[in-house]
Amino acid sequence: MSAPGRLPRWADLGLLPIVSLLAALAVSAAIIALIGENPWVALRLMAAGAFGSQEAAGYTLYYATNFIFTGLAVAVAFHAGLFNIGCEGQAYVGGLGVGLVCLGLDHHWPFWAILPVAMVAAAVFGAAWAFIPAWLQARRGSHIVITTIMFNFIASALMTYLLVEVLIKPGQQSPETREFASAAWLPSLPALLGRLGLNVSASPLNLAFLFALAAAAFVWVFIWHTRWGYELRTVGQNPSAAVYAGISPPRVMLVAMLLSGALAGGLGLNEVMGVQHRLLLDFPGGAGFVGIAVALMGRNHPVGIILAAVLFGALYQGGSQLSFDLPRINRDMVVVIQGLVILACGALENLFRTPLAALFARWRHPGEGT
Amino acid sequence: MDPPAEPASPANDAPPALELRGIDKRFGPVHANRAVSFTIARGTVHGIVGENGAGKSTLMNIVYGFHRADAGEVWVHGRRVDIHRPHDAIAAGIGMVHQHFMLVDNFTVLENVVLGVEGGRRLADGLARARAELERLARDYGLAVPLDAVVEHLPVGLQQRVEILKALYRRAEILILDEPTAVLTPQETGQLFRMLARLREQGKTVILVTHKLREIMAVTDRVTVLRQGAVVHETATRETSERALAEKMVGRAVSLQVERTAARPGGVLLAVRDLEVRDRFGVTRVKQASFELRAGEILGIAGVAGNGQSELLEALAGILTPSRGEIVFQGAALMRGGFGPRARRRLGLAHVPEDRLRVGTVTAFSAQANAILGYQDQPAYSRCGLLRGSAILAGCERKMRDYDVRPPDPGLRLSAFSGGNQQKLVLAREIDCDPQVLLVGQPTRGVDIGAVEFIHRRLVGLRDGGKALLLVSVELDEILGLADRILVMFNGEIVGEVASADATEGKLGLMMAGVKEEPA
Repeated sequence: MSAPGRLPRWADLGLLPIVSLLAALAVSAAIIALIGENPWVALRLMAAGAFGSQEAAGYTLYYATNFIFTGLAVAVAFHAGLFNIGCEGQAYVGGLGVGLVCLGLDHHWPFWAILPVAMVAAAVFGAAWAFIPAWLQARRGSHIVITTIMFNFIASALMTYLLVEVLIKPGQQSPETREFASAAWLPSLPALLGRLGLNVSASPLNLAFLFALAAAAFVWVFIWHTRWGYELRTVGQNPSAAVYAGISPPRVMLVAMLLSGALAGGLGLNEVMGVQHRLLLDFPGGAGFVGIAVALMGRNHPVGIILAAVLFGALYQGGSQLSFDLPRINRDMVVVIQGLVILACGALENLFRTPLAALFARWRHPGEGT
Repeated sequence: MDPPAEPASPANDAPPALELRGIDKRFGPVHANRAVSFTIARGTVHGIVGENGAGKSTLMNIVYGFHRADAGEVWVHGRRVDIHRPHDAIAAGIGMVHQHFMLVDNFTVLENVVLGVEGGRRLADGLARARAELERLARDYGLAVPLDAVVEHLPVGLQQRVEILKALYRRAEILILDEPTAVLTPQETGQLFRMLARLREQGKTVILVTHKLREIMAVTDRVTVLRQGAVVHETATRETSERALAEKMVGRAVSLQVERTAARPGGVLLAVRDLEVRDRFGVTRVKQASFELRAGEILGIAGVAGNGQSELLEALAGILTPSRGEIVFQGAALMRGGFGPRARRRLGLAHVPEDRLRVGTVTAFSAQANAILGYQDQPAYSRCGLLRGSAILAGCERKMRDYDVRPPDPGLRLSAFSGGNQQKLVLAREIDCDPQVLLVGQPTRGVDIGAVEFIHRRLVGLRDGGKALLLVSVELDEILGLADRILVMFNGEIVGEVASADATEGKLGLMMAGVKEEPA
């Protein structure tokens, strides 16, 4: 016999994450009250910090850009039944690709010629970093969770070496490359809008945000409307059925991980080419891990991922505002709130699923016991 | 636990072993049991039959405490019992042997039997007591099992015996067996039935839940028929027949036998020579198989499950790569490895796999997504890699109409369909592209009787249309009813071929046990 009741699609995709989010905020409010601040004030400060001004919203969307890229990366792998925890490393190495292109071409080529090369480099470097764990999983059965985690550390060590020993700008102390010439800068969106006559205050938000949205549209078409996406989902759901259908699961896994790594590499465009204009240490800043939460909360669907990414962008941006304004709420407190959201939306989603499903069953069939 | 006492001798005026009064159970919108009431006399074997979804399992799970009834009472030996969990059922003297055994594979028989009733802190004491008790049970009931053997090394028939011993060791007076013969050879089935007769002689009560009417007729004293959750018929077994029971189960007259004319075989479509197949552990599962399959015939492969039929089927479908031998399809050799399932489908070699849920479908996908599985790269369904949504939808609607798949909703998740309707969809998918050869494995496993009739008709119709069918089934009735020629496999070898006109169950049964047919 089937389990009692199933949530309708809209409730599964829309209502459940909202209920989870509210639960996380309620717990956060309790903690904030406990340390002696007014939760309502904190919430308002946070919302204002995230969306209260054009600059704030720009920052929120700039963070969201990173999360969209990494969230999509996690989701694509997940649809193939793979848990890619290595987006952090893949984004890091993807950014290296972007940086190398920019360093090499910025004094020779115009922007419109550098951009496509940088995009390809971001994708290829990210994909290459995902390839080894993917190959080990597909051909050798080494668990992808373990290998991708380890590759995060390798990426980190590699980048430290390169920045400290090789790429560092001669004659300085901090491990960074020289700043790119402006031909290798992604134009900021406020500047672009300004050229169209719209006056928007400056923020790090740049063209990469539009690329992230385009990537989301691409993932949506790819996963649900192409043959390859169909095969990828088949492998994720039932590898035996995939073999029966003439699909090679190892090949599909490789493709899925390459695509995942390439998407994660997109983060490099936003950070390296869009904001920092140089290579520096630890520019992904944990976005690879937040991507896991974003994908979970967004139900591995591009639309959900965009919404979840904006939410997490708001938590980042609003959170830093909060720690700035309320002395008793420090940076770590903000991390606690983010952690609660991840916990409620990811790990504990079934906590609310069962009661919600029961509620729906009763509402649909009034008068019947469950 | 102390060694159980000897069972009291049954008295004729004793209260019934088990009485159900008005058991009612709903799962959300599904009314699984509707006011089910019946009694089972002590010292009898009582059959419960019904189609998939008729509520048999739910009812037994209520009796054993896995589910709680919304209403109704359970009376055991004249006393009302409240069963909240399996522990209560065991305390009331009810034991259950599940279809999928609940054994710890890497424990010995003895360890499995005492699991949960070890008795005391020192395991050794409990084990010693259990050993003595089990030896007595083995003597009394003819249930000999090597107590120190590790369970995973035992054949299924013996594993089942361990399950029965487990129940008896817990002093079960009432034993529920859920589809016990699904995994057994005909010989093991015979042994099981003799064991059940022995248990009955000793005053135990046996409840046999099955969909195999032949077994009901062979071994039970009384039978209860469930349909859509309600008791629709109850009778002494000797006063009924398979046909009558089938009609009660389905609610209308059904034909258990497909009418068909003699085959008119045409040219050879598929030739197999000296085929050898190894599984992924390197064990040779098919040895030196050679046969031909002609247009317009159904070739049946009979055999007890696990004798290489599955691997043969998978090798022909391109899923397993043969280690030796050749497969020639319409005159062209399908080279080793070169032709995967996709290429074979394109050539006209379709495959309905044995395991519908694990291999043949993706249950989390919608019906329409399942209706293109394996055909997703065909121009009808995708162009330049983009799936053609409306063509897929229309194709699924057409298949559902042609094969009477209910409900005819292409957007519904496959797991929401009944086994019979899932199978009809798989069949529709595989037949739709007009294959020359159709490989069919267990076409009616887990399929309700009404759909069985439909599926059998379709298969015979395909044969009459000049296609060749290779039918692998562990149900002898199905092979006898459909196949024009029958090959019997034992231990990976084809031990003989019988024309359907000469085939009898006895003859096939001997061959299935490995007795080679001597040329007359």
